[in-house]
Amino acid sequence: MGIIQTLNLIHDYITRDEEGNEVGTVRALDDVSLDVEPGQFIAVLGHNGSGKSTLAKHLNALLYPSGGTVIVDGMNTQDDDKLWNIRQEAGMIFQNPDNQIIGQVVEEDVGFGPENMGVPTKEIWERVEESLKTVGMWEYRKKSPNHLSGGQKQRVSIAGVIAMHPKCIIMDEPTAMLDPSGRREVIRAARALNDVEKITIILITHHMEEAIYADHVFVMDEGKIALQGTPREVFSEVEKMQALHLDVPAVTMVAHELRKAGVDIPAGILTKEELGAALELVPSVASMQSGKIS
Amino acid sequence: MFKEVTIGQYYQTDSVLHRMDPRVKLIGTFAYIISLFIVNSFVGYAFAAVFLAAMILLSRVPFGYIVRGMKAIMFLLIITVIFNLILTPGRPLIQIWKITITWEGLSFAVKMAVRLIFLIIGSSLMTLTTTPNQLTDALESVMGPLGRIHVPVHEMAMMMSIALRFIPILMEETDKIMKAQIARGADFESRSLIKKIKSMVPLLVPLFISAFRRANDLAMAMEARCYRGGEGRTKMKPLVYRGSDMVAFAILAVYFAACIALRGAGY
Amino acid sequence: MALFVDDITYVYEKGTAMSVNALNHITVEIPDGQFIGLVGHTGSGKSTFVQMLNGLLAPTTGRILWNGQDIHEDGFDKKPLRAAVGLVFQYPEHQLFEADVLSDVKFGPRNLGLSEEECEKRAEEALLATGLPKEFWKASPFDLSGGQQRRAAIAGVLAMHPEVLILDEPTAGLDPKGRDEILDMVRDMKNHRKMTILLVSHSMDDVANYADRILVMNAGAIMMDGTPREVFERYRELEPIGLSAPQTVYILEYLKEHGLPVATDRLTVDEAAAEILRARKQRNV
Repeated sequence: MGIIQTLNLIHDYITRDEEGNEVGTVRALDDVSLDVEPGQFIAVLGHNGSGKSTLAKHLNALLYPSGGTVIVDGMNTQDDDKLWNIRQEAGMIFQNPDNQIIGQVVEEDVGFGPENMGVPTKEIWERVEESLKTVGMWEYRKKSPNHLSGGQKQRVSIAGVIAMHPKCIIMDEPTAMLDPSGRREVIRAARALNDVEKITIILITHHMEEAIYADHVFVMDEGKIALQGTPREVFSEVEKMQALHLDVPAVTMVAHELRKAGVDIPAGILTKEELGAALELVPSVASMQSGKIS
Repeated sequence: MFKEVTIGQYYQTDSVLHRMDPRVKLIGTFAYIISLFIVNSFVGYAFAAVFLAAMILLSRVPFGYIVRGMKAIMFLLIITVIFNLILTPGRPLIQIWKITITWEGLSFAVKMAVRLIFLIIGSSLMTLTTTPNQLTDALESVMGPLGRIHVPVHEMAMMMSIALRFIPILMEETDKIMKAQIARGADFESRSLIKKIKSMVPLLVPLFISAFRRANDLAMAMEARCYRGGEGRTKMKPLVYRGSDMVAFAILAVYFAACIALRGAGY
Repeated sequence: MALFVDDITYVYEKGTAMSVNALNHITVEIPDGQFIGLVGHTGSGKSTFVQMLNGLLAPTTGRILWNGQDIHEDGFDKKPLRAAVGLVFQYPEHQLFEADVLSDVKFGPRNLGLSEEECEKRAEEALLATGLPKEFWKASPFDLSGGQQRRAAIAGVLAMHPEVLILDEPTAGLDPKGRDEILDMVRDMKNHRKMTILLVSHSMDDVANYADRILVMNAGAIMMDGTPREVFERYRELEPIGLSAPQTVYILEYLKEHGLPVATDRLTVDEAAAEILRARKQRNV
C-alpha cells in the first residue's frame, strides 16, 4: 500500500464578503486521486493557482478535505487522534525560507520539532547533529539564521524536518524564492535524502528542470491532474505542456523542433547525451531505455 | 538610526557573568534593583556602587561601551532630576524667579539620579551578558510557578523569542519598503509633523501586511512541526544550576543582607 | 538623456571592522534606448549598483552623471531624477498600500505634484501598458493574485514616466507564464515607448532572449560587457562565478564535440534547432 493516497480529493475555499457571510466557493482541488509508493521521488508541476500548494497542505493535515479522503501511512487525515502522528511522518517544507525558521540559532531551530514531540534531551542533540550533517549544515550550527543564504536557510528547514524522523517530506515550492545556486543546493539535498535515506519526497514546483529526476510527475491544472507519468512521458507532450503554460527542458524543445522539421528521432528526449545518441553522433545511451534519468 | 542604540545589546565575550546561569542573573538583577530602594544613605549607595563596579569588572564588558549605551536614557535622567529639584518642598537653597530649589530637593534629585543610573546599568549588565534566548529560557523557568495559576508562561516566552527572531528581518524590510517608496517620489524627511505622519502610511501599511503574512506562514510552519503549546515538550537546552551558580546566589544573599543591615543601622 | 557611471566605489560600514567593498571602481555608460541585462550571482553587488542609479545610495567615491550633471552635487534636485530613472524593486508587490489599485498607481505622480487629472490619466495609461484588466483597477490590491499584484506595482513606477526603467529580478517567484508575460511587457516598453531598460536577473535564459547588451557583475565589479553572443562565447568563465550560459549553448557544444559541425552561439531554441538542421544538411552533402 502507498505511503500517501488521496481518493477523489476535493477542496473548496469559501469566499466571504466584508460581513463574513459566505458568498461563494472556489474549487481549488477537483477530484484528485493519487497513490505514492514508499521511497518514490514525486514531482508535482503546475502554474500558480493550479491547486498544487493546496494539495501539499492536505498531505500534512494542515487542510482537511471538503470531499474525498487523504490517507498518510494508513492514517486518515480527518482522524483527530492521528493528527500529530501524521505531521511527524509527513514533514513539510514551505516556500519562504525566512518564515519557517523559529529558532534564533541554527541548532535550536533543528531541535524545535523533536522538542515538540517530547524527545529526551540527549536524543534531541543526537538527532540535531545527524540531521545537520545530512544536509551539510553542521558547521553552521551556532549561526543565526539571518546570516545564511536562502539555499542554506532551506537546508536548515530540511534538517529541522529530518530531525523529526519522517517517512515522507512534502516540499511546497522550496526553490521559488531562491537563486540558481540556492535551487541546486536544495534539490541536491532532496535527492540525497531520497537516494540515501530512502525518504519519500513530494516536490511541488514550477521549475521543470527539478522534475527531470523524479520517478513520477503529476501535472496539475485547475485543481485536476492534467497529465502524469514518468518525466519522459510527461515532457514528450511538448504541446500539451505549453498549453498548460509550463516549460519543458531546452533540449526537449530543440528535439521537438527537429522532429517537426522531419528529423527521425524519438519524442521525449531529456538530456543532451540522448539527443547526441538520437542524432547518431554517439552510441545509444543506456538511460534511453529506462524511464528514469539519474 | 537603530544602530546607535547599544543599550542592553548582547556583548559577545567570555566571562564569569556570561557563563552564569541566566536565572541567577535574572534573580540577581531583581534583587539588586530592590536593594537600591532599601539603601537610603550615601554610605549605602557607595556600597551598591562597589558591588556594581565589581560586577562590571567580572563581566569584561568595556566600561565605555556601557556608558555609551546610557546616552539613550540621558533625556529621561535630566527630566527626573529637574522635576525632583523644583517640585520638592523644604528649606530653600536658591530661588530663581518663581522657582525654588530646596536642600531636600537637591538631595532627593541626586538620590534619584544615582538610583536610576545604577538601575539601568545593573539591568543592562544582565542583557549585555545574556543572549535573548537564554533570557527567555530563564524567564520561562523563573516564572514557571505562575503557570499553576494559569498564567501562559511558556506561550509568553515563545512569543518573546519569536519577536526577537523577527526584529532584524522586519528592520531590513522597513528599509526596503522605505527605499521603494522613495523611488516613487515619497518624502520621509518632511519637517511638518502632519506631513510626517501622512508619509508613514505608505511605509506602515505594507509593513503590517508583511508582518501578518509572516505570522501566518510561521504559525503554519510551527503546526507542521508538531507544535502544540508547552505541554509535553522537552528541552534541547534545559537549564541546570552548577556549583558556581550556588556560590553566586550566596554572594547575592550576603550583599542583600548587608543592604538591609546598613538600612537598619541607620546609614 | 543618458546615465553615466564614472568610476564609483561603495563601501558598507566604512571605517569599521565590518567594512565591505560592495562596489569596486565601476565605470559604465547607459545610453538611450538600450535593453541591458545585468547578471550576477547573489551578493555580486547588482542590487547595490542599481540603487546608485537613482540616487537612493550615494557612492563612496566616484560620480553618477545624469545628462552630464553630477546627481550628488549640491543643489541637484533628486525628485525629477527619481521619476526619470524608475526603479522596480524585487517583489515590488510588497509596497502596495492603497485601498484600490488605481490610487496606488497614482501615488508616484502625486508625489511629483501633478494635477489630479494628470495623475489619473497617467495611472490609467500605466495600467493599460502592464495589461492588468480594467475590472481590477478599482479592486483592493490585496485581493489580486501574485502576478497581478506585480503588474500593479510595476504600473506604479511606469506612471512616473521614466526614461530609464530598472527592474530588479522582476520575475522572481513567478511561474513560466507570469515570467513570459512580464518580460514581454518589458520588451514592449522598450520597443514602443523607447524606454531604456536595465533588467537585473540571474536567469541567463531570460536575458539572452531579450537583451541587446549584457553586463556581468562579480564581486562588485563589471566583469564582462558586450552583446549576448560575445558574453556567452566566454561561458566557461561564467561558471566559476555561479552563472551559466543558456541551455542551448551547452547542447550545441556537446553536439560539436561529438562531430556535428555546429556553431555554438545560438541562444534560443529556434536558432539552435535551425543550426542543427543546417549542420546536418552540410554534413550530408
